[in-house]
Amino acid sequence: MNFKQSFKLAVKSLKSSKMRAFLTMLGIIIGVASVIILVSLMNGLSNEMTSRFEDMGTNTITVNVMGRGTNRSLSVQDMEKLIEENSAYLEQYSPRINASVTVKYETTSVDTTANGVNENYDKMQNIAVPEGRFVQFIDCERRQKVCVIGTYLAQKLFGGMNPVGEHLKINGSAYTVVGVLEEKADSEESSADDIIYIPYTTATRLTGNASIGSYYITAADTDEIETAVAIIKSKLYSVFGDEDAYRVTSMSEMIDMVDEMTGSIALVLVGIAGISLVVGGIGIMNIMLVSVTERTREIGIRKSLGAKRKDIMRQFIIEAATTSSAGGVVGIIFGIAAAYVAGILMDMSVAPSWNAVLIAFSVSVAIGMIFGYFPANKAAKMNPIDALRYD
Amino acid sequence: MIRLEEVSKIYRMGENEVRAIDGITLEIREKEMAAIIGQSGSGKSTCMNIIGCLDVPTDGKYYLQGRDIGCLKDDELAEIRNKTLGFIFQQYNLIPKLNVLENVELPLVYQGVPEKQRIEIAMDALKRVGIEEKRNNVPSQLSGGQQQRVAIARALAGSPPVILADEPTGALDTKTGREVLDFLQKLNEEGNTVILITHDMGVAERAKRIIRISDGKIVSDSGHSVSVSGERKSGYEAERKGSYEF
Ligand SMILES: Nc1ncnc2c1ncn2[C@@H]1O[C@H](COP(=O)(O)OP(=O)(O)O)[C@@H](O)[C@H]1O
Ligand SMILES: [Mg+2]
Repeated sequence: MNFKQSFKLAVKSLKSSKMRAFLTMLGIIIGVASVIILVSLMNGLSNEMTSRFEDMGTNTITVNVMGRGTNRSLSVQDMEKLIEENSAYLEQYSPRINASVTVKYETTSVDTTANGVNENYDKMQNIAVPEGRFVQFIDCERRQKVCVIGTYLAQKLFGGMNPVGEHLKINGSAYTVVGVLEEKADSEESSADDIIYIPYTTATRLTGNASIGSYYITAADTDEIETAVAIIKSKLYSVFGDEDAYRVTSMSEMIDMVDEMTGSIALVLVGIAGISLVVGGIGIMNIMLVSVTERTREIGIRKSLGAKRKDIMRQFIIEAATTSSAGGVVGIIFGIAAAYVAGILMDMSVAPSWNAVLIAFSVSVAIGMIFGYFPANKAAKMNPIDALRYD
Repeated sequence: MIRLEEVSKIYRMGENEVRAIDGITLEIREKEMAAIIGQSGSGKSTCMNIIGCLDVPTDGKYYLQGRDIGCLKDDELAEIRNKTLGFIFQQYNLIPKLNVLENVELPLVYQGVPEKQRIEIAMDALKRVGIEEKRNNVPSQLSGGQQQRVAIARALAGSPPVILADEPTGALDTKTGREVLDFLQKLNEEGNTVILITHDMGVAERAKRIIRISDGKIVSDSGHSVSVSGERKSGYEAERKGSYEF
């Protein structure tokens, strides 16, 4: 008995009782669909996070200084010296001081994040300033009260007006807007466009804390990031003498961490969804056992005509695998559709992976074969004369 | 060709045992047409099932084409049924969800014949029994006589040397029954060994050799109708070895 024959027969018996076939497949459909939905959402999440990190530049290294004892920070001069001495590995640096602030223009006020940086920061982070200019060396030197704003703030505070040259208030003190950043995320609230850059020297005043807690450093070569990280670490160790006083993270390390984290969350979720696949498999086994009993006479007839054990076996296994893979296909289609709907509802990006689809399909075929084995074996081992006499 | 030696089939049901057939010794030669006749429950079907390798005897030996059937495995028996034996049952035993052509193709499917050739052979078999125009119908759309003809076509499709028919006319009216018997006779004349099982003397008389069984034992046998060399004997010259009278 060849494969094509068995397959045609399996399709025929699926068609002849559609409702039963559907109910049998339901477990597999739900299982496969939930796997696809979860993987698509996790994938989307991971892609989104990765691309955010990549926007910051994969050769970026972040240094956070917690300090130790009275020695609480690394001065800008020290950092400058470190970069100069290791110019083969380290390219540029910028302090980074974050502060939650309230920005006010005339009567409109908005809460946002102010970032204190130096003149290198726009090149390091590929920040474009189509209108006006970015923070410059002289601004930092003279502690100028200037700022560069994101498009969200530009729209929110100034409406259609050109903000460059206008004055706004950050936590009550007046700043001149010298530039508007390029739009990055549809000018939405709390997106990359909801941001304001000021000279780091001005920022220390704003926060009332003269020490600089974190730096961004760019490595000269993406392939040498590890060496760059090691150089920075050894410098920091020589200053603080304690590994817990600072943290040095490279962006590529962060991306790896995110991938790993979302990957293991996905694995757990898929594992849980996998349980419903097993339940689906048991459903198939149940129906196949019923089917074998119902078709005892057919099995007897086939045996009387010369069907061997493996012929009968193959017929029922193919039937079970056809049922479960049909369920798998329906589940995949349903899962992808549902993932997109969920993505829209939860405002998440969705990325169905072909690997997940392929694996889900193979798993559903395999489940049919595994759970079809026992009923098929039962059919194959029937005694021809008993099967023929059965009614 | 077919040789049973002291074959018994005993069914045990709790305390009591039923001797469905009880020490049957029988030889059927190639190209013979033999009828096994007996009342209902006398053991005819049990006997045929053993000859047909569908069932195994409790005791005794069964040789088919010189092979000891008792020591064969399931799959070897399946192969013998496939290549050597063609069955015709009282209840036709067609597979309801397959159409006529697909039913007739089955023995060829299990012989591993490729599809194109399979359809050709199956169509030939259907033509021989004159039912080729129903090839796309399913069994439930056919009359009893037509279904039995499909069953005969299926038995022929694998071109087995031995045809076993268990009450083939049992569910048919006299006229269609006669057609079926005519056909079996024709097959025998063409060189097939035919074993016909019936409770009806009128049917049994179509065969050149009549074996009567009762309570699982042979009570009379009209003797071989074919010589060892394979030549046919005329009816009245047939060996009378029946030591049993009835
Ligand atoms: N599977 C079985 N279990 C128990 N008894 C059986 C079975 N098959 C047949 N018999 C018994 O064996 C005897 C012969 O049956 P069978 O060969 O079918 O007779 P026939 O075909 O001549 O009518 C009967 O008494 C029947 O009840
Ligand atoms: Mg009977």
